[in-house]
Amino acid sequence: MSDVPATPPMIHIEGLTKVYGRTHALRGISFEVPKGQVVGFLGPNGAGKSTTMKILTGFVEATGGTVKVAGISVIDDPVAARVHIGYLPENNPLYEDMMVEEYLEYIARMRRIPADKVRGAIDTAVSRCGLHRVRGKDIGELSKGFRQRVGLAQAIVHDPDLLILDEPTTGLDPNQVVEIRNLIRELGKEKTVILSTHVLPEVQHMCGRALIIAEGKIVADGAPDQLSSDGGRLDVVVTGKRGAPDAAAARAVLNGVAEVAEVHERTTGEKDALAFSLTTKGNADPRRALFAALVEADLVLLSLDKKALGLEETFRKLTTAEAGKATPDDHHPKAA
Amino acid sequence: MHNTLVIARRELTSYFHSPVAHVVLAVFLVVSGWLFFYFSGLLIVGKASMRSFFALCPLLFMLFVPAITMRLIAEERKSGTFESLMTLPVAEHEVVLGKFLAALAMMCVGLVCTFVYPVSLSLIKAPGAALDMGPIIGGYLSAVLLLSSFIAFGMWASALSKNQIIAFILGLLLCFALWIPDKAVLILPASMGAAVQYLSANYHFENIARGVVDVRDVVYYLTVTTIGLVLTTRTISATRQ
Ligand SMILES: Nc1ncnc2c1ncn2[C@@H]1O[C@H](COP(=O)(O)OP(=O)(O)O)[C@@H](O)[C@H]1O
Ligand SMILES: [Mg+2]
Repeated sequence: MSDVPATPPMIHIEGLTKVYGRTHALRGISFEVPKGQVVGFLGPNGAGKSTTMKILTGFVEATGGTVKVAGISVIDDPVAARVHIGYLPENNPLYEDMMVEEYLEYIARMRRIPADKVRGAIDTAVSRCGLHRVRGKDIGELSKGFRQRVGLAQAIVHDPDLLILDEPTTGLDPNQVVEIRNLIRELGKEKTVILSTHVLPEVQHMCGRALIIAEGKIVADGAPDQLSSDGGRLDVVVTGKRGAPDAAAARAVLNGVAEVAEVHERTTGEKDALAFSLTTKGNADPRRALFAALVEADLVLLSLDKKALGLEETFRKLTTAEAGKATPDDHHPKAA
Repeated sequence: MHNTLVIARRELTSYFHSPVAHVVLAVFLVVSGWLFFYFSGLLIVGKASMRSFFALCPLLFMLFVPAITMRLIAEERKSGTFESLMTLPVAEHEVVLGKFLAALAMMCVGLVCTFVYPVSLSLIKAPGAALDMGPIIGGYLSAVLLLSSFIAFGMWASALSKNQIIAFILGLLLCFALWIPDKAVLILPASMGAAVQYLSANYHFENIARGVVDVRDVVYYLTVTTIGLVLTTRTISATRQ
């Protein structure tokens, strides 16, 4: 990097490794998050999302590498770095026996908010997170959705620059998910946010950037829309002009289309019809060519359905060598 | 120090919300009260002294302190709140100290309740018989010192296991280990005896409880307490690996 920014990036991670006993949870990850960005940290279970976040917040010690928050090394001075962070841990642990109000006051005091500003800070957090109705209730009595709001409220009570949210919507019902997503999107307008999830659409709803991690390595880094439009799957159902077509011939026609990578036959309930699943090469959209080829071969197209890749497939695609698009942020050479 | 006090306050509130702490305190008062009246000889001899009560304190504390300290760290590690706590801008030793102060305050509440014993002594003592305040004040002072050393080690036990029952048993064993060397003196040669005796919490307890406050006894307790607190902090650090 030639031009050094005047203010340090909110998060700077370089060559981060973490070994738990014999488990290599992180195998040298590097990325930067500039101020103001909302980043989705995406990966299957066990990929290392929580581990990265626990290291960022100084709860777990890194095995190797550099980790800085707002220019402060988390390894050298975790207490100073934490001042800039609001953190919602995975599973949102809370003191069940405290009242919402009491808990927020405790956090505000631990965050060293001056005594005369505590009231105001709690009021702001309560109103932003919609907690008016439950202020005086015991946390143990709250619904899952409200608990999550309390978790978010405690993370923002000191108005931090950086929010670290570990699976903020996991375990909520669909309505609660929408509410929490809206809340996070609102918070993202003024704060740097990194949130982890294993749900792809989550990132498209909330984030300007997606970081994909698998098996302790960053495998992709880019805009969320790019990730999901990268190729995909086509489900087609074809039939002949008169009766069932010949399966081998139909398959040959589909295979003959330039952008089609693989053809798999599926079962179908439709009479005299054949169903296929096609995977495409890279970003290609072969629908037009496909239609033309079928007409040419005197076949009739009954249905053509473009399916976006699920997360698992996206990972597979990104982690295999023949992935259409190069992963922009691959740090293999940096492994020290 | 600010954060230490905020933590101590939260822990203390949490003690008063928890049924376990209430039960422990109540049982402590019932048992100590029964022992006091039964063994003090008050009703029979009419001799006003609290010696027998203080003599039994180490044994009582050995049971009751681990019951109070077992949850301090184990509970938070089990429920996950330990992660929220340790990711606040607070140093490990501040957390340890805050929790220690809360447990000490909790046990001191129990101790303050036993003030009824000396008060009742002064009320029912035979006319003319003087109540010797020296051993009583010394007794309470040594009780507080003994409590701090037991609490520090009880808390270490709570840092060693996520399971509160195991933390309790471990705490009991650690307190027992602090108490027992004194009892072993009888079977040891005199030269070793003095050294071993110095290691015993009970030996120093009895010294101070006699009403004679010796710096060496106080130093012993402060040292043992510090060791317990440092071990707890170390153990917490180690869980971050
Ligand atoms: N405290 C721990 N001790 C041992 N292994 C752990 C510990 N925490 C996480 N791991 C392992 O590290 C890997 C990454 O875990 P994690 O960061 O929790 O993944 P994610 O949050 O992406 O699901 C997993 O293989 C997990 O089993
Ligand atoms: Mg996780």
